[in-house]
Amino acid sequence: MTSPAPSAMRPDSAERRQRWRTHFEESILPPLVALAIAAVVGDILILIFGEAPGEVYRLLLEGTWGNAYGFGQVIYKATTLTFTGLAVAVGIRAGLFNIGAESQLAAGGFLAAVIGLAMPAGTPGIIAIVVCLLAAAAGGGAVGAIPGVLKARFGASEVIVTIMLNFIVLALLNYVVAAHIHVAETLHTPEMRVGAMPRLADMSSVFAGSAANTTFLFALAAAAIVWWYLFRTRAGYELRAVGLQPDAAEYGGVRVGSVWAKTMIVSGALAGLGGVNYVLGYKHYYEEGFAAGSGFLGIAVALVGRNHPVGVVIASLLFATLSQGALAVNALVPKQMVDVLTAVVIIAVATAVPEVRRALAASRRSAGTGSRGQGTGQVEGTISNPGPSSQFPVPGSQLSSGSPS
Amino acid sequence: MIAFLIQTLRIAVPYLFAAAGGILSERAGIIALTLEGFMLTGAFCAALGSYYSGSPWVGIVAGMAGGLLAALLHALATIRYRADQVVVGIAMNLLAVGVTRFFLRLAFDSSSNSPRVPGFGGSETGNAAFASLFNPLVWLGILTMAGVAWLLYRTPFGLRVRAAGEKPEAALSVGVPVKRVRWWAVALSGMCAALAGSYLALDQHQFTDGMTAGRGFIALAAVIFGKWDPKRVTIACLLFAAAETMQIRLQALQLVPSQFVEMIPYALTIVALAGVVGRAAQPAALGKAVD
Repeated sequence: MTSPAPSAMRPDSAERRQRWRTHFEESILPPLVALAIAAVVGDILILIFGEAPGEVYRLLLEGTWGNAYGFGQVIYKATTLTFTGLAVAVGIRAGLFNIGAESQLAAGGFLAAVIGLAMPAGTPGIIAIVVCLLAAAAGGGAVGAIPGVLKARFGASEVIVTIMLNFIVLALLNYVVAAHIHVAETLHTPEMRVGAMPRLADMSSVFAGSAANTTFLFALAAAAIVWWYLFRTRAGYELRAVGLQPDAAEYGGVRVGSVWAKTMIVSGALAGLGGVNYVLGYKHYYEEGFAAGSGFLGIAVALVGRNHPVGVVIASLLFATLSQGALAVNALVPKQMVDVLTAVVIIAVATAVPEVRRALAASRRSAGTGSRGQGTGQVEGTISNPGPSSQFPVPGSQLSSGSPS
Repeated sequence: MIAFLIQTLRIAVPYLFAAAGGILSERAGIIALTLEGFMLTGAFCAALGSYYSGSPWVGIVAGMAGGLLAALLHALATIRYRADQVVVGIAMNLLAVGVTRFFLRLAFDSSSNSPRVPGFGGSETGNAAFASLFNPLVWLGILTMAGVAWLLYRTPFGLRVRAAGEKPEAALSVGVPVKRVRWWAVALSGMCAALAGSYLALDQHQFTDGMTAGRGFIALAAVIFGKWDPKRVTIACLLFAAAETMQIRLQALQLVPSQFVEMIPYALTIVALAGVVGRAAQPAALGKAVD
């Protein structure tokens, strides 16, 4: 039992199970810790305001998942957040921080609304919707392309460029709408005649009166496609390789710059598609400020969802619940409490990730030296172990099962 | 002409404060995405302090304390716990928006603005432009930027700050307590940015929701456009402020849509990053955590 050999030759399945457990712990623990911290902060804020936390949380749940309208609104808000969350997640997988989801979302919605407006009234619905979807993706993708190309070409920080572009694009859209195509006395474009997405409420009473619409199904499909792209295609593999170690990827024959540019375009297009939810599914026009922070919330969604499409969908439901629930409890406590909680969750996850990883690594190291024969599978720090050791995070091992960066 | 210069100066003051903080933080290796949040926190705390004490000076101290508190939280997450600076930075800005709104409702039962608070200068004297010359914060803003330049280039602390931002490993190996230096730099940057916010609140004699309106990011733009050098950053701040002043003065003429003038700082920053007018090279260890 003192020799490392037996564990090194242990069947693959045990090692794989261990690796899965590691990934599970690494992915699930930080968000759970963060939510616990947020709950405590929420309690404190509620108590400061002189209300009972239990009552507020009960109202919050009742106003969201407890009735048809609230549930539908959660689905509606989760739709946009899924798109922006996916946008941010795809970027982070490639090592890029897309903070521009806010303006990409707006640009996507704007282009969809304008193209929808330009199409003749007789256009078949299906064609109109497809064209508008393409327009939304193109609008967001175009805005995403700028930081992507600047990063690839000049090494310009995509963080700064996307932040600055948010201001530029929103000001530009503001100008175009205000100066050229708004309906008098409002800040929105005229209503489109074609291309409306059917409301879910028209199909089932489960969504009574809410803004939830079929875009939600597109969001789920987008999550599935992103998963397939990231984990089942060569391009996705390259993308993640660049995210983990750009120099190594370059050495391995990946053209890092072109992956960066491509990823930012995909990321922007995903965010842009989020605009469809509002424009095609809800109001049928572009209105200034419709994004209302959904782009920034996408960062929280991606982070809590650990940059995994499934996690993103779950996290978007969570933040949609918070955002809709805030309205339900506004009579008791200011709805801004949710903004505070969102920020707390982000900070806590960001802080917990390195901590949890380090704690897990430490516990595994001690487990590895103490009970080697107990089937821990992976042995760290032993030279004779040919398998990937988690003491040195080998990109390959993380690539195969998609651990968040 | 003199009115134009004074107005430019008035607009430039918050940029100077915040950008001074931004330089300190970024030169120490901590990304200054948080300036906006620190400013907003400072503005709110300054209004709060001034309201309850009746003295704008107490407001300034309260504002700085608020900015310091926010900065310490940022430092705790990014330096002590090595969390990603960009992620936490974005969250700090969200937090500032949320917290100020929450406590605005708690303290003043309003979702938009505080009541009128004692401040500096302003409408009593009639000539607003001239009154700002008697606003101590205007002068402090100019001094702060000069102070940061002196600190960075003429003191041991400044040397350590620059080492922490350029080559933290090398600094560590010769015994510079890199983490502590970064804590100090972030704390100072929080207080500087908070002064920018305090200036806004005390100049307008009230706090309004989201009153910083992206000025923290303009300051960050100035830091980048000025290549992290106090002298150039000062020029960038004045340049951005002059453009704004011009826009306000020419508004009636409708020569250029105001939205295009708004874009100037951001567009220039992107151009600077792309290296069209000499590459902007950031501190080498910017954004990198240290063990």
